[in-house]
Amino acid sequence: MKLGFYPGCSLNGTAREYNESVKALAPVFGIELVDIDDWNCCGASAAHAVNRDLSLALPARTLALAEKQGFDEIVVPCAACFNRLAVAQYELNKDELLKKSVEKSIDMTFNNDIKILNVVQFIDKYIKDKITEKISHKFEHQVACYYGCLLVRPHKIIGFDRVEDPTSLDELMQLIGATTIDWGFKTECCGASLSIARTDLVAKLSCNIVKDAADRGAEAIIVACPMCHSNLDMRRPQIDEYVGKKISTPVIYITQAIGLAVGITPEKLGLQRHFVKVNTL
Amino acid sequence: MSKIGVFICHCGENISATVDCERVAKSASEMEGVAFATDYKYMCSDPGQSLIKNAIREHHLDGVVVGSCSPRMHEPTFRRACSEAGLNPYLCEIANLREHVSWVHEKGEATTLKAIDIVKGVVEKVRRNKPLNAIEVPITKKALVIGGGIAGIQASLDIANCGQKVILIEKGPSIGGHMSQLSETFPTLDCSQCILTPRMVEVAQHPNITLYTYAELDKLDGFIGNFKATIRLKAKSVDYNKCTGCGLCTTKCPQKKIPSEFNEGLGLRTAIFTPFPQAVPNKPAIDKEHCNYYQKGKCKVCQKFCPTGAIEYDKPDEFITEDIGAVIVTTGFNVLKTDFFPEYGYGKYKDVITGLQFERLASASGPTLGEIRRPSDGQIPKKIVFISCCGSRDPAKGIPYCSKICCMYTAKHAMLYQHKVHDGESTIFYMDVRAGGKNYEEFVRRAVEEDHVNYVRGRVARVYEKNGKLIVKGVDTLLSAKPVEIEADMVVLATAGVANKGAEELAQKMHISYDPYHFFAEAHPKLKPVETNTAGIFLAGACQSPKDIPETVASASGAAVKAVSLLSQPTLVREPIIAVVNRCAPPMFSTCVGCFMCETICPYNAIEHEEIKDRRTGKVIKTVAKINPGLCQGCGTCVSFCRSKSIDIQGYTNEEMFAEVTALLNK
Repeated sequence: MKLGFYPGCSLNGTAREYNESVKALAPVFGIELVDIDDWNCCGASAAHAVNRDLSLALPARTLALAEKQGFDEIVVPCAACFNRLAVAQYELNKDELLKKSVEKSIDMTFNNDIKILNVVQFIDKYIKDKITEKISHKFEHQVACYYGCLLVRPHKIIGFDRVEDPTSLDELMQLIGATTIDWGFKTECCGASLSIARTDLVAKLSCNIVKDAADRGAEAIIVACPMCHSNLDMRRPQIDEYVGKKISTPVIYITQAIGLAVGITPEKLGLQRHFVKVNTL
Repeated sequence: MSKIGVFICHCGENISATVDCERVAKSASEMEGVAFATDYKYMCSDPGQSLIKNAIREHHLDGVVVGSCSPRMHEPTFRRACSEAGLNPYLCEIANLREHVSWVHEKGEATTLKAIDIVKGVVEKVRRNKPLNAIEVPITKKALVIGGGIAGIQASLDIANCGQKVILIEKGPSIGGHMSQLSETFPTLDCSQCILTPRMVEVAQHPNITLYTYAELDKLDGFIGNFKATIRLKAKSVDYNKCTGCGLCTTKCPQKKIPSEFNEGLGLRTAIFTPFPQAVPNKPAIDKEHCNYYQKGKCKVCQKFCPTGAIEYDKPDEFITEDIGAVIVTTGFNVLKTDFFPEYGYGKYKDVITGLQFERLASASGPTLGEIRRPSDGQIPKKIVFISCCGSRDPAKGIPYCSKICCMYTAKHAMLYQHKVHDGESTIFYMDVRAGGKNYEEFVRRAVEEDHVNYVRGRVARVYEKNGKLIVKGVDTLLSAKPVEIEADMVVLATAGVANKGAEELAQKMHISYDPYHFFAEAHPKLKPVETNTAGIFLAGACQSPKDIPETVASASGAAVKAVSLLSQPTLVREPIIAVVNRCAPPMFSTCVGCFMCETICPYNAIEHEEIKDRRTGKVIKTVAKINPGLCQGCGTCVSFCRSKSIDIQGYTNEEMFAEVTALLNK
């Protein structure tokens, strides 16, 4: 089974370990992820705030390329990339004129009917049913699943999971043996790209999340978004400073957790790359 | 040679702005069979009608075509005018030049030509129209009211006091509805039960009202003035003739831990139960789903203790059929439960409750006897947060409408809380405060100014539990525009008012329409607010949309008047638009061959058999179909099924319709 793969910038940089873990996990379940050739930036963070045409043309180019390269489905692990690609597809399908003008700017025509999967949808569709038989090391830990703002939003476009109280990550974690806690910060903002301009705000917002998870006894925070991960993990010194104590709860990707459960080595999953050391799992 | 008059209305500028009315009239005057044609600015006005009447007299017209708005609007008006001038009203027809022409096309040659074509078609039809007479049908002088809440109670009493008979059915074991659950009512803070229970008793004692509790509508057949209602009387397992309502059985029943519906799950009841002490009728019924005897086959404790031997197990539901003249639907509403709101805890936090649950906490007859104590541990909450618009006005939740009652009851709740817990602190998160109504705004101001309720304009994003407190995270969108976090002891959600369970099914049973939210639809939002599109069926109360008590009572009285005005007529006049089987001279008598295909497909069972007998010998010559004019609804199904083309709809005969269509085709 061959699926298209759109890494986006994060998975080549700050979220290398996310890339490694997705790529390590897929073959275990007989899936080959093939990078879309000549992919470009999805425009996240900046484009949609300043230029609508650009914010649609950037993802549209990637979608058109994927279509040309013969993919029916593409996997987009980064929550922001996924959001931009899904929104662009929706907006262009809604407005024929807009699609024509975007096609002109990217110099390609396309059907715009490729299926875009985020990592949770990908796991749900291709991995979930087979997980139980592949588990070699049950992931018996108490975890807090953190969805962030983008994974299940905007609901009318993505139509997946419950917006206010999503449960898809919890279900997957329970499937590999974890206990998931009930907490209040599942979809609270981590500060996102303010990580660059206002580290103080990110420290405060991310602190609320990390602290609540730690207070309720979570041994790890499970994420599926590189932005969330970098804020909760890389900004931990600022978080610790804000809260006035050291919180050592690690933040790991859902793909890393499942990878561990099916017996992939921590190195292959990139677990050594986190700032907050993962010693306990 | 017919003498048709054609009258083209400008409808102010509604028609004349896009259609050249003068030209339409001129073309009409040249049509075959037209004796007179003219146009006028407002044909429906008094001078316009006089114009028609005078023309009929002056030109001896034998048919009238009015080119104007939809026949739904003014056909009755123009037919009445014709009738006053001595012309049979069914010789007057409308050519719809507004909805079918001017409102849907732009100004231009083609538009005017279309208007001329439509007029020509109708002229051809009217040339063939036959004079018809309205049909008179008798009326059953009895109303059926479905639902025993305040709307049903008010409507029943109003009709009964006019001297008409009423059957009131209520699906629960007592009448009273949601109003009986309420503590105090806004804006006067008078006790809900004190103003309601006397009326409940009046219903039970009124000689003109027959009350069936624990009863539901099973089927409704027939039509205005002549409905036939089949009512299911659910078995109560108690013989009400023997039962004295002593209540001994309810104290002895071993099943004591059933969440009480009346207390919105905050209190418990037994399996044989009277929903509340002031219930009418004040006699118990057995809830079979929770009764040990019905579930496990043994117990019968209530039977053992009943001093009058009133308990009767295993009695089946009973069905009764009643002839009814008019129906009023007052089946009420419900509120969303807390489990609809994932962001507010998905129903898993005991101290996040609905407004209706708060009513029970505040009510003197409630589970806490009127003390505000939170459900989890019975403590008195010192900090309480009210969240209005939970679900309402939120398209993302599928409820774009305003539930209307919440702003007021939330203000009342906060006020009651402050009156009962003096050191308590209450906060209301709101979108807007909609306090439209007599003394309503003043009431809200009192909550703010005298009772120091803290109003915060903004939404609450999330409620979660931490260390025994409910953390309410919201935002204050006014001057400070800051996130707000409150550690509350209890949270009350003003959840959206929604249609009652089973509303859709009931609507389909009665053939009335409903909106996307399953609220029943009125015939006209402004001018027919209590009528439905089905003649003889009326609406009142919150089954139509969320309503507060004053509005509910007003609509109930309105519906009652409509029902009474129907029932007080000696007979009902119906349009003669019904099917007839043709008759001709002997030896044919009729082209009907008696195949009775029509009988098999008639949805109203209106087809009868008629034997044509030889006058002298009495021998049956042939059996033909005959249509019962009282039952026929003029749907026309039999016409299209008739193999020998022997059936016609009066006023829409095949000949008339073909003439109209042919005129449109052969320009």
